[in-house]
Amino acid sequence: MAGDPDLATTEKMALACIRGGADLVELGVHFSDPIADGPEIQAAGQRALRAGTRPRDVLDLAARLRRGSDAPLLLMTYLNPVLAMGLTPFAERAAAAGVDGVIVPDLSLEESPEIRGVLDGAQIDLVQLVAPSTPDGRAAAIGAVSRGFVYVVARYGTTGTRSDLPEGLRSRLQALHHTASLPLAVGFGVSTPDHVRTLATSGADGIVVGSAIVRMAAEEADPEAVEAFVRELASGVRP
Amino acid sequence: MAEVASRGKFGPYGGQFVPETLMPALLELEAAYEDARADPRFEAELDDYNRHYGGRPTPLYFARRLTEACGGARIYLKREDLCHGGAHKFNNVMGQALLARRMGKPRMIAETGAGQHGVAAAMAGAVLGIPTEVYMGSVDVKRQALNVFRMRLLGTQVHAVDGGSQTLKDAINEALRDWVTNVTMTYYCIGSVVGPHPYPTIVRDFQSVIGREIKDQAREQMGRLPDLLVACVGGGSNSMGTFAPFLEDTAVELLGAEAGGEGIETGRHAATLVAGRPGVLHGARSYLLQDEDGQIADTFSVSAGLDYPGVGPQLAYLKDTKRASFTAVTDAQALEAFHTLATLEGILPALESAHAVFAAMQRAREMDRDQVVVATLSGRGDKDVQTVARSMGVEL
Repeated sequence: MAGDPDLATTEKMALACIRGGADLVELGVHFSDPIADGPEIQAAGQRALRAGTRPRDVLDLAARLRRGSDAPLLLMTYLNPVLAMGLTPFAERAAAAGVDGVIVPDLSLEESPEIRGVLDGAQIDLVQLVAPSTPDGRAAAIGAVSRGFVYVVARYGTTGTRSDLPEGLRSRLQALHHTASLPLAVGFGVSTPDHVRTLATSGADGIVVGSAIVRMAAEEADPEAVEAFVRELASGVRP
Repeated sequence: MAEVASRGKFGPYGGQFVPETLMPALLELEAAYEDARADPRFEAELDDYNRHYGGRPTPLYFARRLTEACGGARIYLKREDLCHGGAHKFNNVMGQALLARRMGKPRMIAETGAGQHGVAAAMAGAVLGIPTEVYMGSVDVKRQALNVFRMRLLGTQVHAVDGGSQTLKDAINEALRDWVTNVTMTYYCIGSVVGPHPYPTIVRDFQSVIGREIKDQAREQMGRLPDLLVACVGGGSNSMGTFAPFLEDTAVELLGAEAGGEGIETGRHAATLVAGRPGVLHGARSYLLQDEDGQIADTFSVSAGLDYPGVGPQLAYLKDTKRASFTAVTDAQALEAFHTLATLEGILPALESAHAVFAAMQRAREMDRDQVVVATLSGRGDKDVQTVARSMGVEL
């Protein structure tokens, strides 16, 4: 979560993730009312908000990270901060900062065409999500318009660390591979190296670990610990 | 391929801005609602509950002494305070709970601000045998302790929400998170004309019984339609219910009274349509109180039920098209109207409704004596007696 507890710390943590072997970095742009997020990311967003972090500061941070690394950068935020900046200014600034993609969990397939058009114009990927409740036909429609990859929501519920993975993910991923040509990245409650190992052998092309790192970055704020944790996670994908 | 058209729009407002997990549930709800509306048995059962359980129709009451005190237009009160549970919230909840049962959902959740919707959801859950849980901001839990206890008496579990500003918006956030987690088994009974499509339409339709009755009663009692309808606006359910049947009757003016809190100029208020700008919150595009970066603002009002930084998307559209107008009534003005109605008419209104009463009195003074104003008295004030006592420096 960018700006939790401050932007300088976030920069160090993001670089530590990349050193640890992250193929891609997601920067959270906080929103006051994050309905898709569980307690860890809610609290992180509140801390970022209290620290006075602004969306434009997160774009500046992205630009600094881009100068130091080639790893793809994604922003994860809600629609209202994007609308408040203005769709086109947001797309232009994000492109100028070297942002590769955007994930907006409250942007449904139905409401996505306008923003996807603007982001396409700026060559920024709008990543769409598929949920456990999504019927096959609808998942195919989402896979057809998503950019970059398809974000597969692993479970019913909000983001947050969990001890186990839901059953049925493997068959879900296999079914999605039949309809989607894009890579599949799995997130929501993926927290441990064991989870990563299981998913890597279940058909996931990418694995998103959010809350566990957000919590670690805030509680320990130790880049070496974060780097070691990410390295351990990554070893599950590339043994 | 699934149908992907944007639905539930009122001009540029409304829509379905929710996590994908909820989209199939919204599509299921929309289909179930259309199916129910086409089934005369559903309508008949709702009507039966409205009459024999809810106490409908509620009276349209000519407030003689209030009218005399204002010296202008004749003021009538639509007595939703006499509805079962003490507020208009019953109308919506009974409809949605019957829909939940029809959909076979074994569990119902709701959010609440003042507690009136929570109490109504608890009643409907009890009478239909659907286990119900209610989310309520912890600030509201404190200031509406009576309603919290009423819900518990009705067998409903109340969850205090500590996140954010600990008021209605945070209760909705938490209810949405519950729904995202338990969506297959759970009916989310939203309490106002807010949220993603089809909720603004469903809630408006169930609340429209208010406006339909006003229309019939006005024709019967005065042989004509009112000149002005006034209702308070938080999320907007009693105002949309009052206004909806009159949208085509363009000679009838529509006025919404928002919570002016300590005054618009202080920034401490909840007057979304008066002072907000468009954005996306809780699944819909509408007017919002927000900062420059799109972070949702904290709101302030003496009345918990109006303490919300968003508003129903159809009301946003009625503002832009100028079919309705909106005014801000401050805490002090609402309290003044509360005392006026108590002493002149023997009615303790909910503080929410007192905002509408103040706006109605203000406008009636400027109107002719043969004109008619109808103010919707959305709820009764028993729940607010502690708050009013505190404002008077009285310890109960």
